Amino acid sequence: MRMQPNDQFDGQPVAATAIELSDASVTFGRGDRAVPALSKTTLRIADGEFVALVGPSGCGKSTILRLVSGLVQPTSGVVVVGGREVAARAMRVGMAFQNPTMLPWMTIERNIMLPLKIVEPFRSNFRRLRKTEFRDRANALLEQVGLRGFGSRYPWQLSGGMLQRANLCRALIHEPRMLLLDEPFGALDQFTREELWAILQNLWMTHKPTVLLVTHDLREAGFLASRICVMSARPGRILDDSRVEFTRPRTVAMTFEPDFVALNQKLRAFIEDARSAAEQGTG
Amino acid sequence: MFGIDIRQKAWSAGLIVLFFVAWELFCLVTGMSDLVLPRPSQVFVTLFQRFPVLWPHIVQTLATTMFGFVLGVALGVALGAIIGVSKTAYDTCYPLLIGFSSIPKVAVVPIFVLWFGSGTVPAVLTALSICFFPIVVNIATGLATTEPELEDVLKALGASKFDILWNVGLPRTMPFFFASLKVAISYAFVGAVLSETVASNRGIGNVMMTASSNFNVPLVFAGLFVLAGLGVALYAVFSLIEGRVTGWATRKNDVIAT
Repeated sequence: MRMQPNDQFDGQPVAATAIELSDASVTFGRGDRAVPALSKTTLRIADGEFVALVGPSGCGKSTILRLVSGLVQPTSGVVVVGGREVAARAMRVGMAFQNPTMLPWMTIERNIMLPLKIVEPFRSNFRRLRKTEFRDRANALLEQVGLRGFGSRYPWQLSGGMLQRANLCRALIHEPRMLLLDEPFGALDQFTREELWAILQNLWMTHKPTVLLVTHDLREAGFLASRICVMSARPGRILDDSRVEFTRPRTVAMTFEPDFVALNQKLRAFIEDARSAAEQGTG
Repeated sequence: MFGIDIRQKAWSAGLIVLFFVAWELFCLVTGMSDLVLPRPSQVFVTLFQRFPVLWPHIVQTLATTMFGFVLGVALGVALGAIIGVSKTAYDTCYPLLIGFSSIPKVAVVPIFVLWFGSGTVPAVLTALSICFFPIVVNIATGLATTEPELEDVLKALGASKFDILWNVGLPRTMPFFFASLKVAISYAFVGAVLSETVASNRGIGNVMMTASSNFNVPLVFAGLFVLAGLGVALYAVFSLIEGRVTGWATRKNDVIAT
């Protein structure tokens, strides 16, 4: 396997491996109270891929994200991200959760620039460039998600959908090669959610990071992902791994076409099987 | 919004005036002796007449209070930060802290006097010991309530514990911190005067003790008025600073819809 330096995103869609889990297991707690969250999962994600993880709740989808970001260490097995084994050191990936967690005492602009205050090489130049280059970069991203002119507002002046767009900007500001999204649109209404799908697709098509998206929404997975992995109930394993070949940019209308609906139904069947298997297992 | 603010202030001022007028009338109507309850007008007259004598004591009490308060804040912030960052430290230290804060401070003044002699030092220490507790609790709470998601986002970027504390934890704590400062300054005041009353030959507390043993009741009340005035003034100063620093925490209306 060829090692790729991953310090900066260079936009070259080589089929190098971005993320590789080999027989990775995670168990929380010890002894009698040990809870297996993920069991012997093997998953390989190429550079620039957009992968959605779907499955019943509590199946270890979020655990995979936390493994890749270095927040959790595998109990056994190996996790390689960007050619390096994930060790105690965090991977400097962009992350976004369902809760946008914008800091209320900062303007949106400064909230988005927060990663630049932490990640090198931006960190050393932060004081010098925060009023010029970095601010322009934040505003360019804001414009791309349709929040032009909102940089100087405070979080409490924005709606939930707007905050979630700002959240995506914050996850991307340091140009990470990898974007990890944990149900980012879970708390939004249907229409805002669909709007944000298009925005995220657009961001992905221009910046081409490797994306790992955890979601409950099968339409969301089908709309956004180039590959969908279905996971079994706890402890999680990958049951199905299928490519999504619809042309891009995809539209909301496409999600109602027969091919798309068929894909949805296939995924649904997998998840329902996993759920009933889990019920039998525990009952 | 501005109009309501002004009206609110007028009501507050009106209530204070009403309080003094009612007091004055009550004394006049019942023919109360000024050895028991002097009329506010008498108190104010005494206050103005004796002001040159009172002034050094006011300075003494204020200085003692502020010194004890500053030390209390320093200690409180340090301890609160340690407790707030680490769950283990929180669980370990809390019972001991509660124990300390439950001791009536009147009871420790004699101990301070025993150690340091009467005067300024026990007053400063009493002010410190009484005011640091609310600061510890508020700082610790503020730090402990940082959103776990945001912490994950920053940790995934490689942020150190200090980065998170500096960029998220401490600013988040500011509203709690200033709220506790307003409480702590009043406490420090109570502590300083308490100690002066028991064991000192200077300060407003001592003036009041001496005056009451001479049956100079209007002067006792003048001392009370000075204390109340200083308390309000210090509270106002910290409210003002609070508004400047943590305005973000109090204005939550005015949301723009998509």
